[in-house]
Amino acid sequence: MSERKKAPPKLEPAQQTQVVNLQRRLLLRSGLSLGALAMLGGCNLQDGDQVDKLLWSMSRWNDRVQAWLFSGQRLAQTYTATQITDPFPFNAFYAEYNVPEIDLDGYRLEVSGLVERKQPWTLQALRQLPQRSDITRLICIEGWSAIGQWGGVPLRTFLERIGADTTAKYVGFKCADRYYSYLDMPTALHPQTLLALDFGQVALPPDYGYPLRVRVPTKLGFKNPKHIVELFVSNQNPGGYWEDQGYNGFSGI
Amino acid sequence: MSTRRIHAWPVRLTHWLNAFGMFCMISSGWGIYNASPLFAFHFPTWSTLGGWLGGSIAWHLAVMWLLVINALAYLLYGALSRHFARDLLPLSVSAVRRDLFAALRLKLQHRLGHYNAVQRLSYWLVLALGVLVVLSGLAIWKPVQLHGLASLFGGFDIARYVHFFAMAGIAAFIVLHLTLVLLVPSTLPPMITGGRRETSHE
Repeated sequence: MSERKKAPPKLEPAQQTQVVNLQRRLLLRSGLSLGALAMLGGCNLQDGDQVDKLLWSMSRWNDRVQAWLFSGQRLAQTYTATQITDPFPFNAFYAEYNVPEIDLDGYRLEVSGLVERKQPWTLQALRQLPQRSDITRLICIEGWSAIGQWGGVPLRTFLERIGADTTAKYVGFKCADRYYSYLDMPTALHPQTLLALDFGQVALPPDYGYPLRVRVPTKLGFKNPKHIVELFVSNQNPGGYWEDQGYNGFSGI
Repeated sequence: MSTRRIHAWPVRLTHWLNAFGMFCMISSGWGIYNASPLFAFHFPTWSTLGGWLGGSIAWHLAVMWLLVINALAYLLYGALSRHFARDLLPLSVSAVRRDLFAALRLKLQHRLGHYNAVQRLSYWLVLALGVLVVLSGLAIWKPVQLHGLASLFGGFDIARYVHFFAMAGIAAFIVLHLTLVLLVPSTLPPMITGGRRETSHE
């Protein structure tokens, strides 16, 4: 823990990002080694690194098991309008007053990676694509859940329009609040996976990820990034804000 | 019969792996519980494993494999070796009542290598709770892919309560189990060495 309290030297922005990533890893490591020391202290296995590595490799094993369990056809349960949770809980890695401000007129969704057509998309253009709306349950990794209605463009439709290589492994997302995350391609192509523009009967409000978020009812809440400003297709695992700190990458439900 | 050990090696091996697995699952589970408590209490941080929610989940979803594979090995052994039939059966209401009253009056003698009816009942109950905790855990882990199982528990939210109470039942068993070991410490070495059966009683 004391390592993280040393005064940092002056660094270039790119180096700072690396340091932040390293600190995230250390966060997981120090947390895990506390438990490891408590439990394995008597077993001459006092190196938290070994336990940490084992847990990370078990998490990768769980990614594979979940990918195998996942069905691209099985739909998440849907609910009626009367079952919607009201008020719907606000949730982010920051407080409500830090929700990013976005100029809707100037907003563009950037597209990059393994796609044929990389021109940016306005909100109006996204609304002209076929839409879908589902009332589904959002399950947070913390354990709570809430039912809401999200409407928008099926991600599969969007990926087809931009000529994405759907044999690639991942679809990554970058957000206006510096959040980032990714989906595996089979989940991205699931019929209920949406680029959501609407929440209930209205356009996505700021607190719920305006102007565009991912809504994927077959994943835990943190795999539903909000305020997305860039989408890219890749064969390299793009990582994510929580994934890089130790949350399981697949996190299917 | 005179050479038969009190605890065969597969029972001892799975017992200690299970003890390690249960310790990890319960303490990491308490860490996960604390992120969104079902009731008006938290588990103290010192009693949780993982350091933070991500660490607790990493432990929970790693050790679950050890616990389940170990449990399947034990159940398979117990059925095929006739360990269940020989050591945990027969079991009758009248025998449980008789042994329970004797135990409450502190008149129940412990014979090494022989389970009384209350012990047999508690082992069957904890095995049932083990099945319940695994099934409700699967329902929480995969409420969409294993939708039928989640529905069986009344949905995701109720499955969390089932999982919690199954844990609480298992924890109560562990408290009882350890109390009995403290009261009759001679039961501990046979779970390590295998022990030797008292043939004079047979």
